[in-house]
Amino acid sequence: MFRLAAITIALLSTAGLAPAQTAKAIFDAHCARCHGIGGTGGEGPSLAVPVLRHAADDEALASVIENGIDATDMPGNWMLGANEIEQLVQYVRSLSRVEARPLPGDAKRGKALYEGRGACSVCHMVAGDGGAIGPDLSIVGLTRGAEYLRASLVSPGETVADRYVMVRAVTKDGREIDGVRVNEDSFTVQVRDVAGRFHSLDKRSLSVFEKQRGESLMRSYGSDLSAAELDDLVAYLASLREEP
Amino acid sequence: MRTVAVGIVITFMLAAGPVSAQVSAQRIANAEREPGSWLTYSGNYAAHRFSPLDRIDRENVSSLRTAWIYQTQGGGSLETSPIVVDGVMYITTPPGTVAALDVHTGRELWSWTRPMPSDLLTLGFPRTNRGLAILGETVYVGTLDSHVVALDASSGAVRWDETIADNRLGYSITAAPLAIRGKIIVGISGGEAGIRGFLDAYDPATGERLWRTYTVPGPGEPGNETWVGDTWKTGGAATWLTGAYDPETNLLYWGTGNPAPDWNGDNRPGDNLYSCSLLAIDADTGEMKWHFQFTPHDVHDWDANQIPVLVDATLDGRERKLVIMANRNAFYYVLDRVDGEFLLATAYSKQTWARGIDETGRPMVLPNTEPSEEGNLVWPSLQGATNWFSPSYSPSTGLLYVAVREMGSIYFKTETEYEPGKSFLGGGERALSGDDAAGAIRAIDVTTGETKWDFRQHSPPWAGVMATAGGLVFAGSGEGNFFALDADNGEPLWQFQTGGAVRSNPISFAIDGKQYVAVSSGQALFVFGL
Ligand code: HEC
Ligand code: HEC
Repeated sequence: MFRLAAITIALLSTAGLAPAQTAKAIFDAHCARCHGIGGTGGEGPSLAVPVLRHAADDEALASVIENGIDATDMPGNWMLGANEIEQLVQYVRSLSRVEARPLPGDAKRGKALYEGRGACSVCHMVAGDGGAIGPDLSIVGLTRGAEYLRASLVSPGETVADRYVMVRAVTKDGREIDGVRVNEDSFTVQVRDVAGRFHSLDKRSLSVFEKQRGESLMRSYGSDLSAAELDDLVAYLASLREEP
Repeated sequence: MRTVAVGIVITFMLAAGPVSAQVSAQRIANAEREPGSWLTYSGNYAAHRFSPLDRIDRENVSSLRTAWIYQTQGGGSLETSPIVVDGVMYITTPPGTVAALDVHTGRELWSWTRPMPSDLLTLGFPRTNRGLAILGETVYVGTLDSHVVALDASSGAVRWDETIADNRLGYSITAAPLAIRGKIIVGISGGEAGIRGFLDAYDPATGERLWRTYTVPGPGEPGNETWVGDTWKTGGAATWLTGAYDPETNLLYWGTGNPAPDWNGDNRPGDNLYSCSLLAIDADTGEMKWHFQFTPHDVHDWDANQIPVLVDATLDGRERKLVIMANRNAFYYVLDRVDGEFLLATAYSKQTWARGIDETGRPMVLPNTEPSEEGNLVWPSLQGATNWFSPSYSPSTGLLYVAVREMGSIYFKTETEYEPGKSFLGGGERALSGDDAAGAIRAIDVTTGETKWDFRQHSPPWAGVMATAGGLVFAGSGEGNFFALDADNGEPLWQFQTGGAVRSNPISFAIDGKQYVAVSSGQALFVFGL
């Protein structure tokens, strides 16, 4: 458990524009109570996400911060000055945006690897092309730092996002379902198998329900790619920063 | 012959309840005698949130279905606990509305709204309201901008409206008032704004304030020595949930919140009385009879506002009047409610901050569990092992049912200085989430604190529980499930997906002998029946 928490912190510290301490202080004072320190979520949703539903652009984000969101628990912040709101806008955006940094690999060679020998597009989409078994990677360079990208290639089991946790379920009448847990509550679980089919399972009808923590549908590429090839692939992924 | 007939008519009328909405304090004190009504926030003065109705039971609960749904017109999530009496359901909807609904159909009978000012301050909590009180022919509600308002129960017309504190300093009301004989008791929110907490009593007829008891003592008052300099002035200790009342001892039992600032205690060394405490207060005078502090010098925001539950039970061979609380700090406490004597405490949820509770009731705090600049991982999280949502005590099983949050947090400390009308926090948390956190409905043996059963929930809940004489415990989840468990063993017997997060406390009532269960979820109120 602590391991995961430690990873989250490491991710956050890499995912930064190193925002001004003052912006952080304003956020800590006014927002962290609900959104958590670092905006990772609590009573309010995580703000460290690539897409903010209510804030398509910075103007909309400023308005959300100033006026709150009608009919939700997100309050207005009329007491903040324009300058403070502007700082918060920058800070909130920084929570989910990794700054472009020079990296050792070659993005062009990485792209060739991705499309060729890596066959990554069997499972991933970039700009609308590819499979949907794994997450869409169109803006993965914006949301993930290089360390995280490298870790997802070498030890994918350690970076599994919530919606990609592998589960194994066996119904009381002997049917086995393996796949990715796309949603879950205390009574039911929704699983997508490798063929892309959804299964709706009532937990009471299962004799086995296991979350395979530390496992990913994606295998590790640590041993079949050279260190240089890994660098290239990471450089390519890091260059994916534009919404399709 | 004739007298017999009259006798029958009277019995019938008693069973059906009086025709007009005259809710005397006597009626509330005898809530058990009219199980078809829900007359006060927690169902009765002892705060059991238990329904003596048994029509819905283990055998038939699986066929429970929606009777009606009421959707609010905007506002945040609905956390209201309805009052049901004489064919009418009274609810509050955020940010400042009271509605009276036809209990048969959910159709509105009247509604009243206090528009919120554009400069409203709700520092540290969502713009919500958890319910109201009824006494005589009047309903009483507190508002986010710190008004207490009395409304005619049959029309919603305002009888009186009093401003009780300055919202520009962060004072606000979210709790349901408590109506007792001749008094409306009102608690205050604002612990994250550095308010000075208090508990108030108002004259139901005029709105005149009858007493105010500060929860942070001023100079010369006992307890003031647990603060340094002027820190008591901004000491917090809000009274933001509805307490319990024992008409026999005439004592109110009310929990208090965190000392301010929340996570940086450096400038307020000492125990910081009466923060994170349970207070026993004379209902006539407001005088504090005794206090018990659960978390001295709290630095984790572990308010002790959770509902104190009054139970009579045999402990060590002695029949005792108890007050029990599953505290936000992860320990379950048993106290004598007459004199406040500490009797027992056991952890009911994962905690990593105390070695245990010593024989005086004081926690043996472990080193390095305070918030720090780098962050310190501690269980439970800032939101605690439980929070504002209610527990339930069933006299049939002798168990206290608690919705438990199994979640740790990395606690941070930052510098802070008090500024009027600003958040006064000094840090915060980064909570573990996803599969690192979970929830439970836990059944606790009242006299030993032992867990009798445990129903695991997918995530830490924000919804209260209600046990019934039908042998059921109703509860809700953040994923939208509203469900019923077997009160004896926690077996799930029924569940319904409401489509929104359940963030409220269930209640139960009856119409013409037919039992219903109500709960709100998302921005709608659901009523279920067979
Ligand atoms: C009282 C709790 C609370 C506080 C304090 C709070 N928020 Fe929120 N916030 C919420 C909730 C709840 C939502 C989700 C609203 C919804 O249902 O869409 C939200 C939503 C948002 C969103 C929109 C997210 C999206 O996906 O579009 C942004 C941006 C945001 N908050 C920023 C802030 C900032 C910046 C602050 C501090 C100035 C702040 N919030 C303070 C509770 C809070
Ligand atoms: C068999 C399907 C499959 C193939 C082939 C595959 N992946 Fe994945 N990938 C996944 C799944 C499923 C996840 C989500 C679970 C996880 O994070 O491990 C994932 C996660 C990732 C992530 C992390 C994304 C994030 O934001 O968390 C990256 C980056 C990634 N893959 C890159 C690649 C690259 C590059 C290749 C080719 C070398 C590749 N994947 C091949 C299935 C696949």
